[in-house]
Amino acid sequence: MLDTNLQNANSMSIIVTKGSLDWAYPPFILGTTAAAMDIDVTMFFTFYGLPLLKKKLDLKMTTLGNPAMEMPMAGMHMKMPNMVSMLPGVDRAATTMMKNLMAKKGVASIEDLREAAVESDVRMIACQMTLDLFEYDKSDMIEGIELGGAATYMEVASKSHINLFI
Amino acid sequence: MADHTLNAEGLNCPLPILKAKKMLKGMAAGDILNITATDPGSAADFSAFCTHTGNELMGSSTEGDIYKFQIKRA
Repeated sequence: MLDTNLQNANSMSIIVTKGSLDWAYPPFILGTTAAAMDIDVTMFFTFYGLPLLKKKLDLKMTTLGNPAMEMPMAGMHMKMPNMVSMLPGVDRAATTMMKNLMAKKGVASIEDLREAAVESDVRMIACQMTLDLFEYDKSDMIEGIELGGAATYMEVASKSHINLFI
Repeated sequence: MADHTLNAEGLNCPLPILKAKKMLKGMAAGDILNITATDPGSAADFSAFCTHTGNELMGSSTEGDIYKFQIKRA
């Protein structure tokens, strides 16, 4: 039988690997919501997820390789063929369109969600290897983060009830 | 026992929950938080939120496009 008593689950870790506007949402939505539900949350930012910790965010998205993307427009849904993504300005326009749509629908910005994560004591770990690889400095990142590697993450994950890779 | 209100109308997931949590944090045990929201997902979400956090969902209703919730701080 499905155990519906979730009182025991009180810790979660998320590996954040993607830094585009659309992919930044799932980890921050789940992280902040879990924290609001009294769950201890650790987010580990690696590879393209790492820039989500930069002080100034300028998130973008691409329609390339995303056949599922259908933007609502005048009561219909507009598909974005991969081909058009290569045209100059198309991804910029898609990003603007998405940000406008989100604002209109009352969806929080990633900046707001990240601030909520900081306020609710979500533990944020920047992958040291990624930092070295892409030549970032800890001072490029927001205050309050930690640096760590795979072992640091595994130590957290081995004690967490919920472990997600996004 | 004090009553508090939160207008979460126009906000989408997860903002109603995040704002409710922020308010509950500053309230005393037994205080009531009255929430209004327009997010259709909020009915399921506030129920799940209360089940997990132990705060009591005293009321949940819909009036037109407005969802209303009453949460008692544990």
